[in-house]
Amino acid sequence: MNPQVTSLSPHWEHFHHGADVGVRGFGRTLEEAFAQAALAVTAVMIPPGEARQKESVRIECDAPDREILLVDFLNAVIFEISTRKLLLGRFDVRISDGVLRAQAWGETAEPGRHEPAVEPKGATFTQLKVEHTPEGWLAQCVIDV
Amino acid sequence: MEAAKLTRINDFTWRIEPHGATRVPAVIYADSNLLHGMDEMVERQLSNVAALPGIVRAAYAMPDAHWGYGFPIGGVAAFDPAQGGVVSAGGVGFDISCGVRTLTTGLKTAQLREIADKLADTLYARIPAGVASTGAITLDDAEMTAMLQGGARWAVARGWGDERDLARIEEAGCMAGADPAQVSPKARERQRREMGTLGSGNHYLEVQRVEHLYDEKAARALGLRIGEVVVTIHCGSRGLGHQIGTEFLREMVIRAPEFGLELPDRELACAPIESELGRRYLGAMRAGINCALANREILTHLTRDVFREFFPDASLELLYDVSHNTCKEEAHLLEGRPRRLFVHRKGATRAWWPGHEDLPPELRPIGQPVLIGGSMGTESYVLLGCESGRDNAWGSACHGAGRRMGRNQAARHWKGKWVVKKLAEQGILIRSPSLRGVAEEAPGAYKDASAVVECAEQAGLARRVARLRPMICIKG
Repeated sequence: MNPQVTSLSPHWEHFHHGADVGVRGFGRTLEEAFAQAALAVTAVMIPPGEARQKESVRIECDAPDREILLVDFLNAVIFEISTRKLLLGRFDVRISDGVLRAQAWGETAEPGRHEPAVEPKGATFTQLKVEHTPEGWLAQCVIDV
Repeated sequence: MEAAKLTRINDFTWRIEPHGATRVPAVIYADSNLLHGMDEMVERQLSNVAALPGIVRAAYAMPDAHWGYGFPIGGVAAFDPAQGGVVSAGGVGFDISCGVRTLTTGLKTAQLREIADKLADTLYARIPAGVASTGAITLDDAEMTAMLQGGARWAVARGWGDERDLARIEEAGCMAGADPAQVSPKARERQRREMGTLGSGNHYLEVQRVEHLYDEKAARALGLRIGEVVVTIHCGSRGLGHQIGTEFLREMVIRAPEFGLELPDRELACAPIESELGRRYLGAMRAGINCALANREILTHLTRDVFREFFPDASLELLYDVSHNTCKEEAHLLEGRPRRLFVHRKGATRAWWPGHEDLPPELRPIGQPVLIGGSMGTESYVLLGCESGRDNAWGSACHGAGRRMGRNQAARHWKGKWVVKKLAEQGILIRSPSLRGVAEEAPGAYKDASAVVECAEQAGLARRVARLRPMICIKG
């Protein structure tokens, strides 16, 4: 698979995987691409715009390379979803010297108001890619759901 | 997948000869239709597995095999520790010991039809299902450790299950060798309020009727009678299993060079069985199996409570409980000599043949029940392990239908409300917290389980005993 980056504006998309869901973030910077990939994880459950920004959470992780850092970051996001029942609709990511510090905003899932489709179990190393293209940054992997 | 690239053994067995870095052949069980529909990635992933250190005899793919993570889903492989064999977190998967159990009720379909709507509503109200759902049980750290050590036995001891269930669960309800100390605080935190929850995605609780018997004598031995009602539960080790998988996969990826492992796919991450990391993973993974066994036992307890309100005299008996995503140390004959092998089943079911010493006495003459889930609109099956399973894939069979369509594609194709309405017209009641979730799980998004089990039978992996038809489905 060789996705084309068509726009400099940050955005996310899902890509096909037989049983699960591929998440892909694009950005002008590495940080934007990571933030967009995290929004794509939220989008596995609900449209990210439906998560009101009522509370925030801080995430910090470090890894030996950028690709493992993406997996670690998305798994840290999944941990917050799992333990605090959070639906996160905005991410601010900073990366420096292999250390990622992020703040995310969202709200607790409310049965009846939200109807999350499926629970992300973990970010995998399948189709994992973090790369700088002439058009910008791309960050992607498959999420086991 | 193209049959021309494979060696045909018979109509249901295909072989990829050793090539390149592979150490053993790969064997695919499929008829020509299933083979044609199989993703090319199954062949590549199976060949990667066949190249791992210490693999013995062959890497196997079941008839429902599809593209997975590292290992194909529907993949089976055994490793010999004496030959440098490995254990792979990717080869087990994130949802450790995800599995299925079926309960007989002795109730007639007509009895159930009278109260079906109320029963569906009550099950939906009492069985926590869907994203962000929590159970009524909160575990402190000491109870978490006891649960991870004891599995379904722990649940029974705490009053959330029945002693007589234990013999009908793999490992008699408690996986030996669990090491709760290897389960991290994060994994424990994810599970603290998730005991007795169904989860989401393809997990479900279904009330079904026995529609057809292929072997009346064996069905009678399992308590299955035509027109009677059974309950089937499909779920796994919830957040705890997912977190164990996440953490050990990462550590195995990073430490692979230390063990001299060159991985063609990082998701194949593994460690020698006889290494500190391999032992730690096995201890944690076995604790994850116990979590899944305890979870399904608690869900059974909740289900019995609900049925008791509607049918005070009904007795829900556990037919059997199978696990899909595991690595188990098992005794097998290798080149005529007894060996202890570590058998990975990733999206595959153990299917002990008749006479296997691990089976409870009442099942030993007929073999291990194999429970195959369909989609919420289609048939499920009860099979039994058969004698030829001894020589085929270490006593393993398929696990389900497998997806035909991605989740997003299904959600674009169907609306949840339409799926619920159409199934209601067929007499199948759906209860779910998410209509999008229902659309993603639409029956049309799945392959035909009937073709898969028929092939499993013809390939000599397991034989059909009964076909089940859904009546109520609680979908996470």
